[in-house]
Amino acid sequence: MEAFRKNESENLRANREGLKGWLNPTRYGWERLSYWLMRLTGLFLLLYFVGHVYETSSLVGGIDAWNSMLALTQTPGGHLFLILVIGTSTFHSANGIRLILAETARGLGKPGRPDYPYDAVSLNNRQRSGIWIALVLAAAAMFYGGSILFGGE
Amino acid sequence: MVYESCKGYGSETWIPLNKKTAGNDHQTVHDEGKQNVLLRVLRGDMFKKTKRSFSTFSVPVRRWTTVLDALIYAKEHSDSSIAIRFSCRMASCGSCGMIINGIPRLACYTKISELGYDTVTCEPLPNFPVIRDLVTDFQQFFNHHRHMEPYIENQYPVPREEALSEFKQTPRDIDNYLQFSYCIKCGLCYSACPTVATDTKFPGPQALSQAYRYSADNRDDAEKKRLDIVDNRHGIWRCHFAGSCSAVCPKGVDPALGIQLLRSHLMSISKTPKTLADLRKIDDDKD
Repeated sequence: MEAFRKNESENLRANREGLKGWLNPTRYGWERLSYWLMRLTGLFLLLYFVGHVYETSSLVGGIDAWNSMLALTQTPGGHLFLILVIGTSTFHSANGIRLILAETARGLGKPGRPDYPYDAVSLNNRQRSGIWIALVLAAAAMFYGGSILFGGE
Repeated sequence: MVYESCKGYGSETWIPLNKKTAGNDHQTVHDEGKQNVLLRVLRGDMFKKTKRSFSTFSVPVRRWTTVLDALIYAKEHSDSSIAIRFSCRMASCGSCGMIINGIPRLACYTKISELGYDTVTCEPLPNFPVIRDLVTDFQQFFNHHRHMEPYIENQYPVPREEALSEFKQTPRDIDNYLQFSYCIKCGLCYSACPTVATDTKFPGPQALSQAYRYSADNRDDAEKKRLDIVDNRHGIWRCHFAGSCSAVCPKGVDPALGIQLLRSHLMSISKTPKTLADLRKIDDDKD
């Protein structure tokens, strides 16, 4: 056992789940799914903002460079990408508000005396409703955005 | 597909377990009216550096058979070299935590009949170094726990002679921390936490909820010290409320709630009034 523990720095990472620990969102309920979506949408929006800065910086190349960059978003693929941006930003914002409230202990319930079957107070319907609302808002925003982009308004 | 109805105390009731099949080609075996399940155990030895692989055992199951019972049966009748850790068999010691069909659970607290599968897969808890088979090393886990100073600290235990009475707590005072004191340190929350999976310095849900447990106790006046411990870049801010810790906790501790309450204390937006210990200290300073 001592030999096992001597190499503690090596053991520190032994058997850690790593990234695959959060790649599967289906095991622990809605809150874990929300965590997974929050991360994915966050990463997607980060990439979008980098691309967005690059896109707007094309203005310094003159009107033609700007127009050619803008033309990329006028394709069906560009529209689908923008719809995805609308959906992810809506979910990230709505769920972010829920998390700000939850992480300041709002809407989580109070500690009490646990009884069988020991359901967690913090994983309550208020939190789940918040996740569902964020998902519905994202779907509605994507639908509305899609109707404008593909509807030709 | 119910095999036999219950005939009273002591009778054996067999229930169908093949609602879903988690395994691939396993067939449910019936031996004299008894039902068997396939028990798959992930084996491996850190000392011998052997490659980990599954061993499979056929185990007879009754309605009340727990996964721990099945493992002990396999150890007694098939392979005595299976390494498992257990003690109380009643979800009090927290020794037999393992991944059962993909979810961290206590083996003694998980009935096979309630799983609803005819294949039960047991793996060691992730995020803990594996010693052998299903036995994991809890040293890091306990180090994080110890780091939170999980005991009542009070610089002014008896400030004045008239205070030489019992330290009374109302039921409400007790409710503030009681559920967090039910933690059995089984490590299920630690293995389910997605932050622990990637950050070795993150204390984990158990340690953070224990920091709250002692800070919320009105006999304790070391809240500031504990808040300083958790307030760092690998500390409480790394929790993103995935809630998995609370979902797997077998004792209703709800570590996610404790962490969020501790965070609200840290941001000084808690509605919790000052603790009695603090009030006594202020009172004492006036004198």
